Amino acid sequence: MKREISYLHAINEALDEALKEDPAVFLMGEDIGIYGGGFGATRGLERKYGRERVRSTPISESAITGVAVGAAMTGLRPVIELQFSDFITIAMDQLVNQAAKIHYMYDGKFSVPLVMRMAAGAGTGAAAQHSQSLENWMAHIPGLKVVQPATPSDAKGLLHAAIADNNPVIFYEHKLCYSMVEEVPAGKYVIPLGKAEVKASGTDVTVIATGVMVHRALAAAVQLRHQGISVEVVDPRTLVPLDEKTILNSVRKTKRVMIVTEAVKNSGFGAELAAIIAESEIGLTLLTPIKRLGGAFTPIPCAQELETKAIPQEGTIVTTIMEMFK
Amino acid sequence: MTQTIQNKAKLDDQALIHLLEKMWSIRFFEETLERLYKEGEIYGTMHLSIGQEATAVGSASLLKETDWMTSTHRNHGHSLAKGTSMYAMFAEILGRRTGTSGGKGGSMHIADPSVGNLGSNGIVGGGFPIATGAALTAKMQKTDQVVICYSGDGATNEGSFHEALNLAAIWKLPIIYFIENNQYGMSSSIHEMTAIERLSERSLSYGMKGITIEGNHLLRVIDTTYDAIQHVKSGQGPVLIEALTYRHRGHSKSDSGLYRSVEETKAWQDKRDPITQTETLFLARGLLTNDVLLERKQALKTQVEKVAERAKQDPRPETAALFTHVYAE
Repeated sequence: MKREISYLHAINEALDEALKEDPAVFLMGEDIGIYGGGFGATRGLERKYGRERVRSTPISESAITGVAVGAAMTGLRPVIELQFSDFITIAMDQLVNQAAKIHYMYDGKFSVPLVMRMAAGAGTGAAAQHSQSLENWMAHIPGLKVVQPATPSDAKGLLHAAIADNNPVIFYEHKLCYSMVEEVPAGKYVIPLGKAEVKASGTDVTVIATGVMVHRALAAAVQLRHQGISVEVVDPRTLVPLDEKTILNSVRKTKRVMIVTEAVKNSGFGAELAAIIAESEIGLTLLTPIKRLGGAFTPIPCAQELETKAIPQEGTIVTTIMEMFK
Repeated sequence: MTQTIQNKAKLDDQALIHLLEKMWSIRFFEETLERLYKEGEIYGTMHLSIGQEATAVGSASLLKETDWMTSTHRNHGHSLAKGTSMYAMFAEILGRRTGTSGGKGGSMHIADPSVGNLGSNGIVGGGFPIATGAALTAKMQKTDQVVICYSGDGATNEGSFHEALNLAAIWKLPIIYFIENNQYGMSSSIHEMTAIERLSERSLSYGMKGITIEGNHLLRVIDTTYDAIQHVKSGQGPVLIEALTYRHRGHSKSDSGLYRSVEETKAWQDKRDPITQTETLFLARGLLTNDVLLERKQALKTQVEKVAERAKQDPRPETAALFTHVYAE
């Protein structure tokens, strides 16, 4: 029998399984107890595991992160929640100067097995300070791993991998994905970090999409099939480590590539992907120039008609791909 | 076992003499670094704690090896007092493969988990949350460990100080925040950068016990730290200690000392030096004779210099080390 659950439920299930399996795992964050966290991902866990292991904190993102670093260095495996990924800026010193560097700076004497979970992205009218996609900042820092699951089953398997990892892992959950439902295996399973997935097979063009853009790319692929264009959709799933092989294999086959991220296009991760392809041996074999779609170079506005224009939509993906075949 | 000088930790004469020797060895370690720096042997900068030896020795020496500490850019005294190998520290600061971090850390990033040294930090205030996290582990795993988090006066104006102390207080964590108020954050007098007289007053706003002491009195540091350890171990929550002291040298190697008077520095050096004060006390109370003191001191100095020479002979890191330990397995 198929068991379908939401992305949010899948995350809750992974946290539940990890808490059950390993006494060193504990959760920390603002309002993660009775309230269940900003979006409900930790609902019911405080009652099940107690307030020691499902630890509600004051509004102190820097301390939440830094305390997790110290706890991780001394034998625990903290999984922390920042309610909105925008708040990572407050925790930045503890993440970038401490968590990311401790293993290297002390030559392997300590490791920092912590997971920072956060709700990211636009599409909810939350405006400029609650809607950003800053994952590229994190991908730029040696020592951090960056995960961006798009589907419920990926979210669960990748979260298990993140918790088992001995490094700081930044785990971006997209707000618009929380309510998405699909079949998710019961019980613990692990999707290794650094494995991209071909979400739809095609032969004419590769679309590399991250986060909620995976779903928009898949919907665009269905539309384009009717126009006679066969689209392959590749989801890297983790930005660091990055599965370059799967990405290059797809582009080698289709010889056309479009990259779509929700994050602001300028200096974004899409540029990194484009450069990897351009620098590779297939760079000169492409039939059309590499195309990037990304967020507008503006803060995210609140009003829906403005917000929609700030972020790539299914329609923009379709039009852009069609232009590649003119 | 003779205990001539009363102290709460019940340290006998031999134990106290040993602490004086630790203070000497920290002083000689840093004086040797100064010489090596002048000779062009050290790449990068360093921050010396000369003049602050009593705060490090009087507190870290009361910890067990399994207790944790975190320190700052000015960590040499704390690291040595906690038991970190002097040889490995020389090697680290000289950029040698045999250093505490294989040469990757340098003076500001000394760590040794085998003696409870959780690492010194180059970001001012960076250690507050990390030390608090170690105390959380101790509490959650019910290990009876204590954590000492060292910082300077300037760090108490960082946001991380406020966030971490508040958290430690509400969770009653076994941690001592030990502030060495050496009067200056780089060139800025603490009196110009805060509007309160005593930094320990800040503990009140967290519902935490706080105390200000004369940090250059070894026995005062011992007694205060001893009380603080008992307090945090009994589950009553963290303690904030402000120890008044003075750094004889500049902030780092770039400091030309324009912000304080020669007279001020000289007064602290001549009248309030922690080592001289301890020597005077021990001589007066008959723990040592002057001859023995001078003899031991000279022997220790020679020994420290030999350790530095040995580290100097060690190989530098291989290029491959650049890429190791970026990520943990």
